[in-house]
Amino acid sequence: MAELIARTPCAGLLPLAVGGVDLTEESLGALTTLSPRRGQEAALSEALEAAHGMAFPAPNRTTGKAGARAIWFGRGQALLAGPEPDADLARLAALSDQSDAWAVVRLRGAGAVDVLARLVPLDLRAAAFRRGHTARSELAQMMASITRLGADDFQIMVFRSMAATLVGELKTAMEAVAARG
Amino acid sequence: MRIAGNGLLGEARQVAFSFDGRRFTGLEGDTLASALLAGGVRLMGRSFKYHRPRGVLGAGSEEPNALVTIGRGAAREPNMRATVQEIFDGLEASSQNRWPSLGFDLLSLNDLAAPFFGAGFYYKTFMWPKSFWEKVYEPMIRRAAGLGALSGLPNPDRYERAFAFCDLLVIGAGPAGLMAALVAARSGADVILADEDSRMGGRLLAETREIGGQAGHAWAAEVLAELGAMANVRLMTRTTVVGAYDQGTYGALERVGHHRPRHSRALPLECFWRIVARRAVLAAGALERPVAFRDNDRPGIMTAGAVRAYLNRWGVSPGRAVTVFANNDDGHRTARDLVAAGVHVAGVIDSRHDAPLSDAFEVHRGARVCGASGRRGLESITIRSVAGESRVQTDCLGVSGGWNPSLHLSCHMNARPLWRRDIAAFVPAPGAVPGLEPAGACNGAFSTAACLREGAAAARAALADLGRRPAGFDLPQAEDAAYAITPLWAVPGRGRAWLDFQNDVTVKDVRQAAAENFRSVEHMKRYTTQGMATDQGKNSNVSALAVLADATGRGIAETGTTTFRPPYVPVAIAALGAGGQGKGFAPERLTTSHSASVERGAPMIEAGLWYRPGYFPAPGESGWRQSCDREVNMVRGAVGVCDVSTLGKIDIQGPDAGALLDFVYTNRFSTLKAGRVRYGLMLREDGFVMDDGTTARLGETHFLMTTTTAAAGEVMRHLQFVHQCLRPDWDVSIVSVTEQWAQFAIAGPKSRELVNGLLDTPLREGDWPFMACGPVSVLGVGARLFRISFSGEHAYELAVPARFGDSLFRMLLERAAALGGGPYGMEALNVLRIEKGHITHAEIHGRTTACDIGMAGMVSDGKDCIGKTMAGRPGLVDPGRERLVGLKPSGAARQLIAGAHLFAPGGDAVRRNAQGYITSAAFSPTLGHMIALAFLRHGPERIGETVRMVDHLRAIEAECEVVNPVFFDPEGGRVRG
Repeated sequence: MAELIARTPCAGLLPLAVGGVDLTEESLGALTTLSPRRGQEAALSEALEAAHGMAFPAPNRTTGKAGARAIWFGRGQALLAGPEPDADLARLAALSDQSDAWAVVRLRGAGAVDVLARLVPLDLRAAAFRRGHTARSELAQMMASITRLGADDFQIMVFRSMAATLVGELKTAMEAVAARG
Repeated sequence: MRIAGNGLLGEARQVAFSFDGRRFTGLEGDTLASALLAGGVRLMGRSFKYHRPRGVLGAGSEEPNALVTIGRGAAREPNMRATVQEIFDGLEASSQNRWPSLGFDLLSLNDLAAPFFGAGFYYKTFMWPKSFWEKVYEPMIRRAAGLGALSGLPNPDRYERAFAFCDLLVIGAGPAGLMAALVAARSGADVILADEDSRMGGRLLAETREIGGQAGHAWAAEVLAELGAMANVRLMTRTTVVGAYDQGTYGALERVGHHRPRHSRALPLECFWRIVARRAVLAAGALERPVAFRDNDRPGIMTAGAVRAYLNRWGVSPGRAVTVFANNDDGHRTARDLVAAGVHVAGVIDSRHDAPLSDAFEVHRGARVCGASGRRGLESITIRSVAGESRVQTDCLGVSGGWNPSLHLSCHMNARPLWRRDIAAFVPAPGAVPGLEPAGACNGAFSTAACLREGAAAARAALADLGRRPAGFDLPQAEDAAYAITPLWAVPGRGRAWLDFQNDVTVKDVRQAAAENFRSVEHMKRYTTQGMATDQGKNSNVSALAVLADATGRGIAETGTTTFRPPYVPVAIAALGAGGQGKGFAPERLTTSHSASVERGAPMIEAGLWYRPGYFPAPGESGWRQSCDREVNMVRGAVGVCDVSTLGKIDIQGPDAGALLDFVYTNRFSTLKAGRVRYGLMLREDGFVMDDGTTARLGETHFLMTTTTAAAGEVMRHLQFVHQCLRPDWDVSIVSVTEQWAQFAIAGPKSRELVNGLLDTPLREGDWPFMACGPVSVLGVGARLFRISFSGEHAYELAVPARFGDSLFRMLLERAAALGGGPYGMEALNVLRIEKGHITHAEIHGRTTACDIGMAGMVSDGKDCIGKTMAGRPGLVDPGRERLVGLKPSGAARQLIAGAHLFAPGGDAVRRNAQGYITSAAFSPTLGHMIALAFLRHGPERIGETVRMVDHLRAIEAECEVVNPVFFDPEGGRVRG
């Protein structure tokens, strides 16, 4: 019987390594936007904690850990990355499946901050943008979600359709940083 | 000539380069200027207007004369300052603005005609005849006057932009800047120290002064080593801060590739930084100003400070018998340093009667240099004093008319500098740029000790603002001599005394401007072009306004300066627009079917940021029309597949979702049944149509809105605006799910057959009537099916999670082929919708109302909606407005053209008589002739009338019959069947 074959957003584009920096595609599992219903912010946070082990994140913050993370995603919105959302959450929040909507890449290695500094107008200094901090920002004219996973470790998300441009822009910046030596 | 044992380059590596084809050897660390001076070259360029021979004037980025072109071919860079350009092995430099050669320049004939070329010459001369300006005068002037030229080829170099953040930005790494950076860094602040030189230290590298008992440059090296080892400090060499902007943002240009031999393709030539600093210290130093006297532009005449820089930093004496002309004590140091290095000093000419005397060289007190000779290189100067005139043989004259603080950045937010009479210079106004503190020479503090003091104080002030305790710190000892100056701007006399070297402006030009009543400094500037060259008049502004002040009998403070604007140094547009070359202009959005479409040879059409296939050429087809006609017939006759994923999809959930939709759409959605889709029309607040599309009700409190591709972002923003600003009380959430789904239109009489082949539970006759929707399962994958149609055929839209888009598209095409169908592109989609009279943004272009497009009936009477009140304005409901109709050719000419205008038959086809225009036109293979959608005055009332179409651009006319805009299947039998 015929079968539909899944294709990831960055298929054929990644992985990539330039200088000391690696760029890989991430598969986070299910992605679901959570928007709390009016007045249900606290209840949703509790339900999220009970079901998936993390609170609803404050602006520019993430909660949870690798495999099950909640990433602040905009005004009144978080992205649950990893588990399929517990059915109970739907009472308290609007849920939208976004599992296929985002290209997710990881930029790692010494110089990762320098690469991002060429594309993103964010203050990425360690004291200002710590591990677990996240921001919705612009990356080379693409609206992106950027999360710091470690000192030289970032998760970057843009719309799936822009995956090729994202990889191209990151590659150019990685090459420019490496060429400075 | 190089002076052995002098300078900071030491036993540097030898570097081979060329200038105008001649081979030279310099030392690593040399600028092109220092290396050429070492090689005995004084003539480095030709002036802008008169093509006068010119040599280097300074030793920094303010250089007006020594501009050269670096490299050749597409990558050549014109107007590079020889004083900034570092040499490297294989560097090829060439002089500019001369023909045939630098030594013999035919256009220097301009110089002989100089009496005719004074201030305002162009304004007076090239006024008549009027038509001559564009065709004759301007090209002629442009050819004769000018700088270097670009290659005219696409630029192969990469540029980059980058962002940086810090607590304290220190601009300039001289004594003040180093001190400020050190105090702040030791106190734990994040510091960026930016300096435009390749080596930090500022004037400490050019002077022989001591700090804390050691040579100034050694102290600088020690401080830099300490700073370089600190994690909270970032040293940015070759980085010029070019602009101060709001809220602590500074623009800075870094030279990344200019100084490297044949750098790799990946290495950018320049990087444009946006630095955001909580506080900043301006320690930009000062620029020495020349004194104007007759022929003071001879190659070999430079600033006295530049002579010291070449001697003390690069170990080069610019002459064998050097003279100095000064109005202050500072200039005497040049003579002292030269004598100490064993160079002959032929005299110091000081305009002050009380100038200090010296044992080591002759000082002419109360004397002035009033002339210079030696056309291609200085040979002698003429000195005038009470004793009369005398000549002195010299090949290099160092001139010091005093120092101008480099306060430019402090004026970038509109502050005006203040005049300080004691130092005869402008200084930054207090608080000129919020958060920016000037320190050192740029603040008028010229002694080394004062620079260190002010640097430390500025850092402490910044630390206090940042809430940090300054680390304890003792200032090192340094000289603290008073700056003794008696102003002298220009030496009176005959001949031309140059102020602005780069734009060839003389003292006489400024006086003439004043005489012709261009007395305001801003008027004088524009009339004479003083300060309007690439150096922005850094060397001449203050002197020129002093001459103007004298000519108009006003004080200097009263006369004021012109406005200093960013950028401080020339910035390549390529650096400002870094990343925007080629594809970098905008992101590309690719659908999941992109690869499969490209494999089939489909040319792509840009729709916003999206790329969509125009048509799918079949074997044997030679033009788009052939493919398009086939695809239209295929949809009408069998089945076609088209990727419609680019349409905006917005998930709207919550108890108030229905209320929101009722408010933003003209028609009602709260009454829509779950499992059904409705077409909706959306108005802007001003009553004109914003967008249209379908919205499906997926559940009691769950809707899915579809927007057009073009307006997806605008509609999303509009919904957020309505929710956040107008009805924050509503419990509703809005999120884009455009990218989650790959959605394909499957249209044509065989569409159900094609869909059924893929569904796990096939549709039955009677199920899924027109405008039904719901979840389905496609080969085991959860999907959504919508029975909607843009083509007018029995059609579906099938949406699967995007990961399966590529696979589903390929499968659909394979199966469609078996049914006599296949893919169709934007061209066919457009024809199909025009045949059905369906609108796109060609029709809802922002100036049309619901009434204009024949949808007045869709504006519900029973409720309010955004734009409804404004749409009721008399001008918007006038039946005489241009309203939507169909057109078909009724005369001999059969071609209809979008954009053509409509007129009454027989009337003049002039603007006044225009009755409307065509928005969409296509050949309809279904009907066998061209059809068009148009807006026509009183349109729907004129069905059956004839109008005249005129395309003035292409000179094409056609007679048209006005018809119903729905050309095909007006009853809609096919779509429901």
